[in-house]
Amino acid sequence: MDIRYNISDHNFEQCLKCTICTVYCPVVQVNPDFPGPKQAGPDGERFRMKFPDMADTSLKYCMNCKRCEVACPSGVRIGDIIQTARIKDKKTHVKLRDAILANTDIVGTMATMAAPVVNSVIKLRPVKKLMDSVMKIDSRRTFPDYSQQTFEKWFRKYAMKTQSTYDRQVTYFHGCYVNYNYPQLGKDLVKIMNAAGYGVNLMEHEKCCGIALISNGLIKQAKWQAGKNMDGIRKSVLEDNRTVISTSSTCILTMRDEYPHLLGIDNKDVREQIDMATRFLYRLIDEKKITLIFRSDYKKRVAYHSPCHLDKLGWEIYSVGLLRMIEGVDLMILDSNCCGIGGSYGFKKENYDVSQKVGEPLFRQIEQVNPDFVATDCETCKWQIEMSTSARVKNPISVIAEALDVEATYKANLKNQR
Amino acid sequence: MKFDTIIIGGGLSGLVCGIKLQENGQNTAIVSTGQSALHFSSGAFDLLNKLDDGTEVDIPANFISLLPSSHPYSKIGYDKFVKYCREVPSLFKNASINLKGDPETNGYRITPLGQVKKTWLVFEDFNTMNTAVINYENVALCNFNGFLDFYPQFIGDVLAGEKCKYKRVTLDLPFIEKLRHNPTEMRATNIAKVFDSEENIEALLKEINSRCEFASTIMLPAVFGLYSLAPVEYLKEKCGKKICLLATMPPSVPGIRTQQMLRKYYSYCGGAYMMGDTVEKADMDSDSVKSVYTANHDGIPLSADNYVLATGSFFSNGIIAEPEGIFEPVFDLDTDNDPDRSNWYDNDFFSRQPYMKYGVKTDHDFKPFRKGRILENMYAAGSVLSGFDAVSEGCGGGVSIFTALCVANKILGGE
Repeated sequence: MDIRYNISDHNFEQCLKCTICTVYCPVVQVNPDFPGPKQAGPDGERFRMKFPDMADTSLKYCMNCKRCEVACPSGVRIGDIIQTARIKDKKTHVKLRDAILANTDIVGTMATMAAPVVNSVIKLRPVKKLMDSVMKIDSRRTFPDYSQQTFEKWFRKYAMKTQSTYDRQVTYFHGCYVNYNYPQLGKDLVKIMNAAGYGVNLMEHEKCCGIALISNGLIKQAKWQAGKNMDGIRKSVLEDNRTVISTSSTCILTMRDEYPHLLGIDNKDVREQIDMATRFLYRLIDEKKITLIFRSDYKKRVAYHSPCHLDKLGWEIYSVGLLRMIEGVDLMILDSNCCGIGGSYGFKKENYDVSQKVGEPLFRQIEQVNPDFVATDCETCKWQIEMSTSARVKNPISVIAEALDVEATYKANLKNQR
Repeated sequence: MKFDTIIIGGGLSGLVCGIKLQENGQNTAIVSTGQSALHFSSGAFDLLNKLDDGTEVDIPANFISLLPSSHPYSKIGYDKFVKYCREVPSLFKNASINLKGDPETNGYRITPLGQVKKTWLVFEDFNTMNTAVINYENVALCNFNGFLDFYPQFIGDVLAGEKCKYKRVTLDLPFIEKLRHNPTEMRATNIAKVFDSEENIEALLKEINSRCEFASTIMLPAVFGLYSLAPVEYLKEKCGKKICLLATMPPSVPGIRTQQMLRKYYSYCGGAYMMGDTVEKADMDSDSVKSVYTANHDGIPLSADNYVLATGSFFSNGIIAEPEGIFEPVFDLDTDNDPDRSNWYDNDFFSRQPYMKYGVKTDHDFKPFRKGRILENMYAAGSVLSGFDAVSEGCGGGVSIFTALCVANKILGGE
């Protein structure tokens, strides 16, 4: 019998009231106004079922980090219960600020068009002050730079043509961050996949995965975008026989788990083919289908931070496994702690202090370890760590791309294919 | 993914087994459905306090031969039992956990309700006691305003019975008061987080000094040091008086810290700890496990030469009781139990409950059975095992640790 998934719609009935989730909730540690995952989740749900008005405003303090679910010994989807209650709660109105933070696609498109101007204007103190007072976006927060050219534009212009020359093919869900802020990560992935003998494809109409829309209450739009993405994923997996990979742990968690759990969008037919690039690569190497050869002159001290959503996926082992394959990497695994950003959560003025306090233990450890750089699979963790510590942060894929001996790898995989 | 050994269950037993294997060069993985029962720990490990017939045990090794052959300690045997008694403190020491007490003789502990009970080794938070008598003078019995998982009234009654002079003190501290915003979640762990800062411990010491001038001993709930022992050490060092920490009702701060430190050390030794994942099915042939599949790793099989089942008892879902029977949910292993359900329990809640001894049936090497056949590359360890009653015999911690060591040694081929 399968206990964990033998669950009724009332998943909260599995809760034993053991309070373990509260121990691991990063928010409740620093903000006593948040009732904690047990109270806000399974306990509160009992009341909300009977009286929907019982949904209280403190639910918004949940960062949706899912640490409660990872810690729960009884398989209660605590984070989902809280997020679903927020979605159902009709009392809250979506603020203009939240809509802007949530619409990463629209804002990204506009910002990249005028990237140099946006990047410098947004750093000006008066602008920050104005955003702080009018928009309630905290002025102490550093914004990520926007790229002048989106990843999609670069790909179509420089990379797309040659991709069909490779025997094996994969689809890359680049996400908003790679597209608008940091195309280099996408370029790094293309470099690795090509060297491994894989052609890279993009989905025709990739939309933002929707996580920020979900956490800011824009559910209709989230569902619409999720639908578009599912069309693209289904075409890739079912028609073209290509796995969909991404370099962002949150995009992957959203499309695999938040779509069915929070948006009610069934993805069973393709879910296993929605994958992290690191897991995809690790698996190919493990099954001896590809070989990666690294430069002998690459020597770095790297501290690895596992993002909460990667912890929830349970896939830290793949990113760490890959980094360990690079001989010149002296790898240190940081303690499992939340960085505090929670996506758009930490940008909001009312959450700034909580966000920074949550991240404190992680920041402290990074400064103590003093690595050459930190590696992590999440873009918002990167922003938070770079803003709050002296360390630079790289995605494991970028580390692999840096350390890769492209020529040797390419040759080795030609042999593999024969 | 290929490992030397895969351990299912990441609590006390799974971690001890994993650490022992990693220390000896194996490449292992632990798959754990959420956090473990160590979060409810008493703050001490019991080894063997009492026999079934009520005989009190002072030196556990002397009583091993009197246990029935189905008892896990009987399967371990006297020689190894004595060896493990001495080995355990150093094993925990490797993980920076100092266990106090005489490893060969039982000592005593004070329960959250003030009772004095027998035990084996205690966590460093607590004071060791060689006799069942509470021997303190002029005690300030302190609690934090609003903390409901600690019962000074009961403890006070016991102190009074021991003719021990005490006075109850309720401590008021502004940063603790803040936690009362959320009365249902004002737990030991939340208080512990507040005392992670030395500044707040200083404030506590100041309050103690001004309120407890009369006292030579300060009794406090064990709510210090969730991630390291440093706050406990700081408190004990800086307070001019003797500090006596007492266990609280769950969640247990010393237990959680112990879990974290064992896990950290296991990872430090190179083990892969997969938290929040569940083994859902296995590829098996008639007498061995070929690979297991988990919820998080989709179709990727995890395979190993050996498998250890350390999934815990009823509370941790390692053993499931249904009206039609008692079973083991991961591999459907054979269990020892009574086919007649009315024999499972005693209507008197406080008497010995027969179901406590139910669990996975194993041979003398702790190899489990499936449909009557031994699984050659699998072992069971800890409270998932049958044949002991952790409550009435007071042997839960010992069985978890010793069977884990025994299984690890069998896998390593040393015994």
